[in-house]
Amino acid sequence: MRVEQIAVFLENKSGRLAEITAKLAEENINIRALSVADTADFGILRLIVDDVEKAKTTLKSNGFTVSVTNVIAVEVADKTGGLAGVLKTIEEEKLNVEYMYAFVNQSGENAVLIFRFDDMDKAIEALQRTGYAILSGEEICSL
Amino acid sequence: MTLYWEEEIETLPRVGLESIQLKRLQHLVARVYKTVAPYREKMDAAGVKPKDIQSLADLTKLPFTVKEDLRDNYPFGLFTVPMDQVVRVHASSGTTGKPTVVGYTKKDIKTWSGLMARALTCAGATSSDMIHNAYGYGLFTGGLGAHYGIERLGATVIPVSGGNTKRQITIMKDFKSSVLLATPSYALNLAETMNALGVDPKSLSLRVGVFGAEPWSENMRDEVERKLNIKAVDIYGLSEVIGPGVAMQCLEGEKGLHIFEDHFLPEIIDPDTGEVLPLGEKGELVFTTLTKEAFPIIRYRTKDITRLLYDECACGRTMVRMDKVTGRTDDMLIIRGVNVFPSQIEHVLMGTKGVEPHYQIVVNREGNMDTMSVEVEVSEDIFSDEIKTLENLNKRIQMDIKDMLGVSCRVKLVEPKSIQRSEGKAQRVIDNRNL
Ligand SMILES: [Zn+2]
Repeated sequence: MRVEQIAVFLENKSGRLAEITAKLAEENINIRALSVADTADFGILRLIVDDVEKAKTTLKSNGFTVSVTNVIAVEVADKTGGLAGVLKTIEEEKLNVEYMYAFVNQSGENAVLIFRFDDMDKAIEALQRTGYAILSGEEICSL
Repeated sequence: MTLYWEEEIETLPRVGLESIQLKRLQHLVARVYKTVAPYREKMDAAGVKPKDIQSLADLTKLPFTVKEDLRDNYPFGLFTVPMDQVVRVHASSGTTGKPTVVGYTKKDIKTWSGLMARALTCAGATSSDMIHNAYGYGLFTGGLGAHYGIERLGATVIPVSGGNTKRQITIMKDFKSSVLLATPSYALNLAETMNALGVDPKSLSLRVGVFGAEPWSENMRDEVERKLNIKAVDIYGLSEVIGPGVAMQCLEGEKGLHIFEDHFLPEIIDPDTGEVLPLGEKGELVFTTLTKEAFPIIRYRTKDITRLLYDECACGRTMVRMDKVTGRTDDMLIIRGVNVFPSQIEHVLMGTKGVEPHYQIVVNREGNMDTMSVEVEVSEDIFSDEIKTLENLNKRIQMDIKDMLGVSCRVKLVEPKSIQRSEGKAQRVIDNRNL
């Protein structure tokens, strides 16, 4: 029920993001979701890809610092209130969000929210109990 | 006309000076051999006894003392008197965390104050002066060392220490400070602040500045002299030897600092072989103290690079002059008057995460202030996918460095391999200051 996410350390230098996406494209790795969190000096690129192992090896061999972490992917209808509903549940269940980002799947009907919680097990249990669809890695890649 | 503090000794013909030096050296070696086991062991290992010192040239028979010897005997192991005779200690930062501790008896403080008074007199200061002492007070020898010398001279000391630059300028104006004691970079900082506040240095009573505790170039001297409308002279000292007042530039001489040879015996050696170099050649400066009681030191390697000038000086002093220090034999940096060794930064980084990251220290002079930034490569060991974690890491390194060194710095996390390596070894220090 968890999805593996790749995180890459980036200095805030122009062109680094383009370089990473190009390297992954060369290896036919498909990026399903991407987010950059940054400060004045550095950033963290987070990626959901279809081949985690290959992406990790590729980036490492190109000199990047890479880590693999587990995140939770929640599918919601891409309409007003879709996100609000999940956030309400999170608040009611007192779940702590470390970070989150979202993407819309290709059909455009559903949005996928990617979450990192401080207590992942508790979050999975709570979201499932309140009726949310939690996607696996394969499911995200086949969307 | 030249002012002297102790004219007779300061202008003594060299033959007379050398005979005093030899007597004091023999006495020192005998006393140290008798009272300090680490010195005795080193001399025994080198096969030399106090009676072997028959001339000043015999000094070379004695083993060197290095900073590590001080660390190995931390804190008081090299003191030659019982602690109840020690009236003060000072300390400076060591290379790996432990500071270097030195001690003084009542008589040592008297000697030191006299030497500082002599140094201030070299700079033309008299008992009528109002002396603005902006050296830091505390464990560092600068503030208190100068303070006691000013009192000994009979001048008025303003113990402002460092910091609060605006208030310092108000004091200078209101108290009519006539002599400034500071690090040269702080002097420039004062000049800039005056400019910003619209204070004309010509409206002040400042006449001369006595600057030391960090390396500074001739260009910087010109700048300080122009911006503060004063004469800027150089003072040299290090805590292991006594503190400020080991050597002092005179107003009359073109260049160089008179070493107070009746108390400190200088040598210039080849830093690689340890051989004494021919007169006038550039090398590492080595000192033997001749009169100190609590913490004498024999052939201490300062790691400062300079040469000795034996030509006559216009001021009439016969004591040898040393050139402005032009460099170091080790990788020590002086940031805003504080000694910083790259190994100390490494120590902090190791302590922070238990791993040895690749890092680089970049030193710049922004405006007139030295700034240090430490770039740390983010390896997998310290990487996190959360911004908060990395920011906390950054802050912690910054705080630990500030705690350990007393110098604030900027920490920048950088990508792996962004720090240049030559032959696989990272270049640890980039010093962009033109010293
Ligand atoms: Zn002179």
